[in-house]
Amino acid sequence: MAHGTTSRSLLTAIILAALVATTACSPPGGDTGSPEPGTSAAPATATCGTAPVTLKAYFETGFPLPKSLADEFTKQYPNVTWDIREDQFAVITQNAPRVLADDPPDLMRLPQVSELVKDGLLKNLDGYAQTLGWTGWPGSQLQQMRVGADGERGDGPLYAMGLNFSMTGVFYNKKLAAQIGMTEPPATLADFDTALQKAKDAGITPINQFNGGATGGLAFPLQNLMAAYGDAGAINNWIFQRSGATIDTPTNLQATQHLQRWITSGFFAPDVNSQDYATMMSRFIEGKNLFIFNGDWESGNLDKQMAGNVGFFLMPPAQAGGKRAAMSAPLTYGIGSKAKNADCAAFFLNWVATDQKARDIAVTVGGSHPMGPADAYMPAVQEGSVTAATLAAGAVIGQDNGAMDFIANATGAIYAKSWTPQLQKLVAGQQNPEALLDEVQKDYEDQVKN
Amino acid sequence: MSAQVEGRRAGRARRPRAIWLGWLFAAPAIIMYATFVIRPLLLTVQYSLYDWNGIGASTWVGLDNYRRLLTDEDLFSSIVHAFELIVFFSGIPVLLGLFVAATIRDIAASRLAVIARTVLFLPQVIPLVAAGIMWSWLLSTTGTANELLSAVGLGDLTRAWLGDFDTALPAVGVIGAWVLVGLCTLLLLAGMSKIDPALYEAARLDGAGPVREFLSITLPSLRQEIGVCVTVTVIAALASFDIVYIATQGGPGNATMVPGLEIYYLAFSEREVGMASALAVTLVVLVLACVLPIQRLTRDGS
Repeated sequence: MAHGTTSRSLLTAIILAALVATTACSPPGGDTGSPEPGTSAAPATATCGTAPVTLKAYFETGFPLPKSLADEFTKQYPNVTWDIREDQFAVITQNAPRVLADDPPDLMRLPQVSELVKDGLLKNLDGYAQTLGWTGWPGSQLQQMRVGADGERGDGPLYAMGLNFSMTGVFYNKKLAAQIGMTEPPATLADFDTALQKAKDAGITPINQFNGGATGGLAFPLQNLMAAYGDAGAINNWIFQRSGATIDTPTNLQATQHLQRWITSGFFAPDVNSQDYATMMSRFIEGKNLFIFNGDWESGNLDKQMAGNVGFFLMPPAQAGGKRAAMSAPLTYGIGSKAKNADCAAFFLNWVATDQKARDIAVTVGGSHPMGPADAYMPAVQEGSVTAATLAAGAVIGQDNGAMDFIANATGAIYAKSWTPQLQKLVAGQQNPEALLDEVQKDYEDQVKN
Repeated sequence: MSAQVEGRRAGRARRPRAIWLGWLFAAPAIIMYATFVIRPLLLTVQYSLYDWNGIGASTWVGLDNYRRLLTDEDLFSSIVHAFELIVFFSGIPVLLGLFVAATIRDIAASRLAVIARTVLFLPQVIPLVAAGIMWSWLLSTTGTANELLSAVGLGDLTRAWLGDFDTALPAVGVIGAWVLVGLCTLLLLAGMSKIDPALYEAARLDGAGPVREFLSITLPSLRQEIGVCVTVTVIAALASFDIVYIATQGGPGNATMVPGLEIYYLAFSEREVGMASALAVTLVVLVLACVLPIQRLTRDGS
């Protein structure tokens, strides 16, 4: 039938025409016109001016700190208003490249930065650092946010800034500690092992730690153990993607084996593989276990919920008197390379670190140490509170030069796709320490290459 | 219709114009379909041939992404998991749906049947995400499932159902089965209501019992409805994402990783858009390969 043939060929023609019109056959990508990394290092003035400005910001849900800072900033600079979008950190991690490319915010909470820098999505802050005097701050504060031309972190231009810098260690329930005769924090790893065993013998769950879903919280104790056995610098080199760095080292193997011993000794709650962060926190606050590995961002919260009953200590070293190390990282915020109000955003970041009110908020709301010059104003904290304990621990880490970034931040996918499944398998007895490190290293090399 | 009639009346000369008029009416739908279905589909095929992080420049790699799919154990096991889920998403709902529908049909007029239908259909109204959250509470160590087990003296069996390597995938399957049983029951019930009652009467006169009736009359008459149920649920199993994402996020280890979730991780966390597209294309092909034969088998014999 002529009619049928005509309509069929017509249909084909129309669809083909539509397709040719819609799918240009050029290869995908390369549409950002990537400003080459390393530019715009000339001194830049950071100011919000006097005309009305709306700062577009992308914050992390569940943390009141950035919102409190934004409110205070508007109080002091009424011409600045905020347009804030909030998401969970995992969502931000996944969205970061696309959001920065398509709809760049002035200020954004960032996951790990090196991949974003490679794609030319972040503004080089060296110009601001020069004019605002950030270069005079302790270098370790900014080190993690420097990215070199080859994508290695730790050196090179500054691409982000912290609202404060947080630190992790071990929180403990003082009442339960007294029950097992632990009157002061363990001084060595062996002391810590003894405390764990005593707790278990007394029928107390020694450690509740989140390790379920896509967030393997056993990475916290693992990295602390790595630092107890080996050198924090080597771990940083791995996280910073320095060439030739490996996680598969003899001391890291010792650390992983130690973690495995903790697992087989029953020091973790039996359902550690289905525990999420919220469950861990609620159980600890209800007094159901002795220890959690966590960070000082919970200090303010714990001071409120368990006033006087929480202690904090840094992971003890393997040998008595050894150096302390801790996962410690800035609460990273960056400015999109195509942000409209970059100058004002930089001014805000500087204000967070230097304004007295802002530093008060960083400590009382954020629970962590503010950024800024070494001799800057420090708010007074209540004696005996856990916030005081974490701030004091921060000073120790500074002395021992033991700040490490988190091993989960080495690449964008290493946490969800390597550490988490591997650690969950270790708990289930389906993985051994040697193979675990080997697998993670393989994934890492694969991801860094990309 | 009217265009055809008009065309015939106006004679051969005006026919082409009538055809164009028809296409004009169809155009909005065609354009939408081409823009939002066909174009993304073809772009996905195109992306699958590149190594691309979603932002920067891309490199042509040909079929390399597909090759990796076959050799990468984790990617391959996610596909295997999807097929295991068919048992729970498709097998259980269809069998249970048949049983429940046959039971309800017998008491069709009573109020109990109305209540049963409502209760069974309820999971359909609840968003899958809410169902996932609810079930992860039920299946947690302190959840109802474990409390019930302890109450009847089976305390030894209690465990973190979604956090255990052996039980996580079946536990996710149970959530899917719970969601889909209602849909299947309702579809099958609707199918049963159109079966001629005379058939049952004749069978009963011939001395058939309820089982014989079910096997000889109900089941064959429901061929098409069963086909629809199996098709919908098999697609739900192979393309599952939301339930798994909420309940386990693919963990523990990779025990509950399914292609839908893997595509999401590849594209947004590993930033391998090419690889993600290749897996997506493969998934489409697999779904078609499973669903088309089912369609053929369950097509009405008459």
